[in-house]
Amino acid sequence: MFISPVISPPARIILICSGKGGVGKTTLTANLGIALAKLGERTTVLDADFGLRNLDLLLGLENRIIYTAQEVLSGTCRLEQALVKHKQQPNLCLLPAGNPRMLEWLTPEDMQKIVNLVAAQADYVLIDCPAGVEQGFKNAALAAREAIVITTPEISAVRDADRVIGLLNTMNVQPVQLVLNRVRPKMVANQEMLAVDAVTDILALPLLGLVVEDEQVIVSTNRGEPLTLTESSSAAGRAYHNIARRLRGEDVPLIDPSKEKKGIRARLMSKFRLAGLF
Amino acid sequence: MALLDFIQRLLGLQKPSATTAKERLQLVLAHDRSDLNPELLEQMRREILEVVQKYVEIDLEGGDVSLATEDRVTALVANLPIRRAKAMPVGAPKDIVLADSSSKNLAKPAVCEDSVSSEDVGEDSPTPLGEVPEDVPPAESATDLPHASQASGPSEHEAETLP
Repeated sequence: MFISPVISPPARIILICSGKGGVGKTTLTANLGIALAKLGERTTVLDADFGLRNLDLLLGLENRIIYTAQEVLSGTCRLEQALVKHKQQPNLCLLPAGNPRMLEWLTPEDMQKIVNLVAAQADYVLIDCPAGVEQGFKNAALAAREAIVITTPEISAVRDADRVIGLLNTMNVQPVQLVLNRVRPKMVANQEMLAVDAVTDILALPLLGLVVEDEQVIVSTNRGEPLTLTESSSAAGRAYHNIARRLRGEDVPLIDPSKEKKGIRARLMSKFRLAGLF
Repeated sequence: MALLDFIQRLLGLQKPSATTAKERLQLVLAHDRSDLNPELLEQMRREILEVVQKYVEIDLEGGDVSLATEDRVTALVANLPIRRAKAMPVGAPKDIVLADSSSKNLAKPAVCEDSVSSEDVGEDSPTPLGEVPEDVPPAESATDLPHASQASGPSEHEAETLP
């Protein structure tokens, strides 16, 4: 049988969504994009949040945008002209979101068309999904094959994530994996924050990654340099790198930081619990 | 965690907030996932109670029919304290009811739990089960059990309506 050496496996098209806003979709998309690019994968991140686009800003590419998905769709430019290549990580490209008015006319077919174009020359396509469960989410989800749901250990975020998971299940998006963001190990150890296994039990999804609360995330967004870009070993940066490796099928053990080191109060509490006081 | 909270937790006066969060989430998700509108749920609840009341006298205020969820499976959980058995018509139903309640009593005394679906998520019942006495009279000798319904949990609803 003839096998052409130029045919590469189809791109993995991954939706990054959360339901609730502000839980870390765009930060995950930017960091994961860079991390995958570093691992040698041709990665395109696609900003599907046409209403409130921010992915360009987190990647530090906001000044280099000339064309957007809108011009690609209307045929004003070719895809190659719209894609913004990252200077330090040329494996990473951004397809910027168009004008917010795109929301009014964009159909699932349009979205599908953009994604197919992008996927033809990439190993990974990451779609940064808008918050909410309305048409913007549905357009993005219908164009994706698999999904990463990101949530924080807060009841509102978990509830919204659950809603999104329910919708993804009806849209045939498979597999759906979970990233738990902004975990505060101390609070979890003191039972003042939902524990990791409580969230995974409730949502019944495999855990792809665990990102602890890290001030460096804010510093990195200030600069427009995702944490995964630099070698500095921030806790969140390491977590994003691990997520990228797990996504590629590497077996990277997950460590629950709340079980690693306990605060003095938590230790005291567990001693009391052992003594049968609770 | 403030020191006062810490002391209250040590003394067992306050549940950890993470536990409260988990319980609240499980309840709200059970409703979200079921997509049953509250009106239909209420109607179903009434009809279930009517059927059960044909056979046993139940403590309506202490009881509860609610949705619970585990592993993305939603279950309907009925938690109905029995006051006394009614005079049974001849035949099988009595035996079935008794056998069922006595087997469940091993784990959760004084509470007859009818799980409509196969999933049985009893922990979410609003009445604390741990405070119920171990020795529960079987339903046929339960001529009148005010203490049993009291013991099945000091929930707010109950406190108001008990004689």
